[in-house]
Formats: sequence, structure tokens, C-alpha cells
Amino acid sequence: MDFQPPIINLLIVAPLLITMGAGLFLMLLNIFCKRDGVYYWLTLAAIAAALVQNVAMWGHEYGTFIARGSYPMVVSDNFSVFLNSILLLSGIGTLLISRNYLHRTKLERPEFYMLMLFSLSGMMMMGMANDLILVFVALELLSIPLYIMAGLAVSRDDSKESAMKYFLLGAFSSGIFVYGIALIYGATGATALPAVYAVLEAGSPLAMAGTAFLMVGFAFKIGAVPFHMWTPDVYEGAPTVVTAFMSVGAKVAGFAALLRVFTVALPAMSDAWMGALALIAALTLIIGNVVALMQTNIKRMLGYSSIAHAGYLLIGVAAAGQHSEAVGSVLLYMLAYLFTTMGAFGVVIALEHKLGEGIMLEDYKGLAKRNPWLSAAMLVFMLSLTGVPPTGGFSGKFYIFRSAVEANLWWLAIIAIMTSVVSGYYYLRVVFYMYMFDGDRTEPVYAGTALKTGLLIALVGTLWLGFFPAGWFELAYKAVIGTTQLLAGG
Amino acid sequence: MLDNWQFIAIFVLFAPLIPGAAIGANWLLSPKKPNRIKQETYECGVEAVGSSWIQFKVQYYIYALVFVVFDIEAVFLFPIAAAYGLLGAFAVVEIVLFVLILVAALAYTWGDGSLEWV
Amino acid sequence: MIPMSWYLIFSAALFAIGLYGVMARRNAIAILMSVELLLNAVNINLVTFWRYRTPDRSVGLAWAVFVLAVAAAEAAVGLALIISVYRNRDSVIAEELDLLRN
Repeated sequence: MDFQPPIINLLIVAPLLITMGAGLFLMLLNIFCKRDGVYYWLTLAAIAAALVQNVAMWGHEYGTFIARGSYPMVVSDNFSVFLNSILLLSGIGTLLISRNYLHRTKLERPEFYMLMLFSLSGMMMMGMANDLILVFVALELLSIPLYIMAGLAVSRDDSKESAMKYFLLGAFSSGIFVYGIALIYGATGATALPAVYAVLEAGSPLAMAGTAFLMVGFAFKIGAVPFHMWTPDVYEGAPTVVTAFMSVGAKVAGFAALLRVFTVALPAMSDAWMGALALIAALTLIIGNVVALMQTNIKRMLGYSSIAHAGYLLIGVAAAGQHSEAVGSVLLYMLAYLFTTMGAFGVVIALEHKLGEGIMLEDYKGLAKRNPWLSAAMLVFMLSLTGVPPTGGFSGKFYIFRSAVEANLWWLAIIAIMTSVVSGYYYLRVVFYMYMFDGDRTEPVYAGTALKTGLLIALVGTLWLGFFPAGWFELAYKAVIGTTQLLAGG
Repeated sequence: MLDNWQFIAIFVLFAPLIPGAAIGANWLLSPKKPNRIKQETYECGVEAVGSSWIQFKVQYYIYALVFVVFDIEAVFLFPIAAAYGLLGAFAVVEIVLFVLILVAALAYTWGDGSLEWV
Repeated sequence: MIPMSWYLIFSAALFAIGLYGVMARRNAIAILMSVELLLNAVNINLVTFWRYRTPDRSVGLAWAVFVLAVAAAEAAVGLALIISVYRNRDSVIAEELDLLRN
């Protein structure tokens, strides 16, 4: 038996290599240099470089790490480029809104940037992995740094507690997830996604069980009911910048892998998983939105809101079992979710001057008089989260509902519209507090240039998606095609 | 199939007999004169003081955590070593990169001062 | 040869014990140990399927090594987090950590 090395094209994984390499470089730099500004700018530059390289790959389908006679381990297509762009933008957004916050809460340590870069690499790998075991490795690469980041505020007990809770439930869910992978391997003798597709027969009990385990693992990561218990606790306890990063990055990456695994490897079982995902989506929508009504802590409220948004995204995934266009609506929704959530957390961060201060709903009283522009931005983000036109949230929901109707999931679309109306109550309550009440304080909060830039980008993105969604949807739709075509092995 | 199990059954029967015989012979033949020093945990060597249920220095844990990394590294090195004759230069490059990444982590730990015994 | 199902039953039992441990135990370290049981069950499955399904391609073996490495990384981070919680709170009982509740 002679050995042939696999075919490797490192250019395809260049965005990954840039973020990982930058993370390693910062680790070494930490020995010599302790000035925090250096880390901030280097991280920003690395993410921007990765973004440029990533966008340059739009319109092509590549595969790399191809062992003889098998499928590529890593692929890059429009789908992964689109998702990686969202993830990298969420990284830039997190950096922008964290600049002053880390400084004034004394959390600014090089470790924050390193862990963020490593986690970002894992997130990108989720959408590019073409092999179940690589999905697992990517999942861990994204999760383990996040566990540590959640506990970064070592002086606060609630931060450490949230880190431990996140870790215990995350480790548990990845155990279940990888058991599912093992079962699918047993049923098909393969773990490359196209190879699984080629061998899998509908109704194989082993594969059925494997799919169920995979679904539970994914549901944990994206925070879907009934596996959502960790979300509000972790969102509340973690430093707010980490919460913002987690709520966009981890969720988008989870959905990326969910979409690729289920539409590429498991279409043979789509009857089974479509129903299950639709049911999970309905439960997630109802519980996420109803429990959010009772929250008085804005981070906790946004935690439940992110559960609810996982529900809307799951509608699109369930519809993707019927027709692949639904994937496009999920991608568009993620883009809107990115801008809106980053913006909303940006405003929360502007108000939080000391750790754990200014995150109750009460603190938003009279904000309109203190900071009219900040309040106006928050108004737009809250409208977008509710799904009121002309904002990005509305466009996202519109396409999701349309794909649900096209997939004959009428009942789900009706539940989604009703829960959207319910969600208006708790989102607009924030607006009500800002504009209708007088607060104790009158001096404006100081936001800082980086945060203002981040908020401006988020605002422009949200409104742009709201006013001109058609072009963006076309772009998202182009990103669908790659996933459904099977890449032939070399 | 049964053949395999017969071997295991014989093994299960005979395995306890051998150490059992040795310990039994020892017990039968040895003179028994216990005293305080003989009944210490370590009959010769350091005297045991106090309970073992005490808090250890956190440094021990840090060393253990760093050790785990290199413990697992060995798991990846073994298959490469076993198949080295087949793999050639490709494997060398790959494994050197792998080890260099771990060395970077070690350098970070060092620079952080976690390896110094305080 | 021992039939494949015996290994699978063993692995499923191990997995079930791990699941029970995660849900029923209150000590964070015990929960972590149960998670390790889950991952060991996975490894047994992977190696079994390799031996009986694709003995000519050693993918299952290689993946078992990956799961092992990930388990070690998880345990390292997890223990560090648990220690840091313990130093402040003097407790690793999951139910006593209830700062985050509404």
C-alpha cells in the first residue's frame, strides 16, 4: 500500500488560516508586549483581511483536503462565503462595540482577542466542513473559547457561574451530538456529507436515531426549546460584549452547520426531520416570546428574544426540507439579525458603565432626553426585532413566512405571526420607557468613537435591508445553490 | 465463537489463584509481631502527618492542565510514528506544524508566568 | 467473533449511565465525569463500527483519537472553570449556584 498525500489547497481555507494564525501570533506577542491597543488593532486588521479574502471567493466552488478516492473535508461555496461574511462582520461589530467597554470595565486583556479569533475560526469552519467529524471539531473550536470568554469577568461571581453553566450544558450537548455522528457512521460507513447522502436509505433506524441525536445537539447550540435553559442565564452573566458575540456568532454558526448537514447529507430523511424541526420551531417561538414578556433585565430579555429568533430561523430550516429556496430566506434573516442584534447590544453596552450597571429596564427611562441619537437607534433596532417595516427584521420575517407558506407549513406561519405581535409588547416597552418617562439622570452617556461607528454601521445595515431587501435576497438565493449540489470527490 | 469464551473462562479461574497463592503463603509463613512503626502508611520513608483531605496549591492543577495537552499530543504522534515508513516528507511537515502550534501554547503559558512555582 | 451488537449494547449502556449522571448528579465534577462517559461511549461505538463496517479504511480509529483530544481539551477548560468558581464560592454543587435566576 503506497501513500499519496491528500490534495491540499490552502488558499481555500485562507480566511481560517488568517484568523487562527493571528490568534497564535497574539499568543506569542503576549510574552513581549502588554499594550492593549496593539491587540485591538491587530485583531481588527486580521478579521478585515480574512473578510476580504473570503469575499474574493464568492461565485466559486472549491474543495480541499481531498484524500485519495474520497470527498473533500472542507468546501468553500457561496453558502459558506455568505455565512463567513456574516460571522466576520459580527467579529468586527463585537470589536467596535467592545473598545471602550473593555477599557472602562477593566476587562481589557489580550486573552479576549485571542479567544475571539479562535472562536471565530471554529465558527467559520462550521459552515465549511464537509465531514461530520470536522463539524464536531469545529463545534468544539467555537465553543471552548466561548466558555472561557463567558467567564472573563473574573471579579464577578455571576460571570464565572454563567461560564460554568455554559460549559456543563455545552459539553453535555456536544457529547450527545458526537454520539449521533457515531450512529450515522455506523448506519452508512461514511462521515463525509455527500458520502452519507449517497449511501443513506430512508427509514434506517440507526440513522434515524443518529439524526435525532444530531438534532438535540444542534438545538442546544442554537438555543431552541426544550434545550434553551442555559441561554438566559449565560446571556445575563457573561460580559455584555461576549453576549453580543455569542448571540450572533454561535447562533449563525450553529445554523450554518445545521443547514449544511441536513440539506446535503440527510435529505433522504427530510420527512422525519422536517416535522420534528417544525415542532421545535413552534415551541421555541411560543416559549421564547411569552417568557420574554416577564423580563426586567434587558440582557435576559434579549436572551429570550434570541431564543425566539432561533424559532423564526428554524421555520426556514424546516421549510428547506421541501424546497431549497428556503435556505436563502434563512440567510437573509441571519443578515438582518446580525445588524439588529449587534446594534441593540451596542446601545446596552453604551449604558453599562460599570459591570452589571444600567442593564435593568428601569435604567432606560428618559434616555431620549439624555441621548436622542442613541435612543433613535435603539428605536430602530427594537422595531426591527419586532419585525415592523421598513426595517431589516421585517424583510427577514417576510421571506421566512413566504417560504413557510410555500412549504405548506401554514400553521407554523400563523403561530409565527401571532408570536411576532406578542413580541411587540416587550420590545416596544423599551421604547416606551425611553420616550415616555423621565429618568433620575439627565447627563448623556459617553459612547466613544468605535461604538458610534459600530452603531452607525448596524443602523445603516438594518435600514438598508428594510428598504431594499430584493437585491439582498437575490444574493442570499445565489448562496443556496452551492449547498444542494454535491461536490464530486477527487 | 465459544472457543474465545473458553479461554476467558480459564483465565478468570486461574488469574486470581496465582497472586492469591503468593499472598496466602506469605500470610501462613511470616511471623506476626506488629508494632506502631510497622503499621504506618509508609513503613519506611516519610512520616505521614495529618489527613490527606487538604487543599492543594492551585499550581498543581495548572501543571496538570498543561500536562494534559502534551499527553494528548502523544496520541497524535504515535500513529505517525507507526506509519512513518509509508508517509514520508508530507507527514514530517504536518507533524512539525502540529507540534509548533503546541509549542506556541507552551510559550504563552511560560510568558504568562504560569509555569513559575510561587 | 463476538457479535457487533454486544459492543453496541455496552456502549449504549455506558451512554445511558452518562446521561443519568448528567441529569441526576449535583456536583459539577461528577457532571463532568458523566460527560466523559458519554464521550467514551462514542469512542467505543466508533471503533466498533470501524472494525465491523469499514475495516479496510481506518477512519473510525482516527476519529476516536479526535474525540479523545476534544474530551481532554474540554476537561482542561472545565476543571479550570470549576476551580475558579470554587475559590470564590466554596461550592461546586450546581444547585447552589443560583445567582442567575429571575
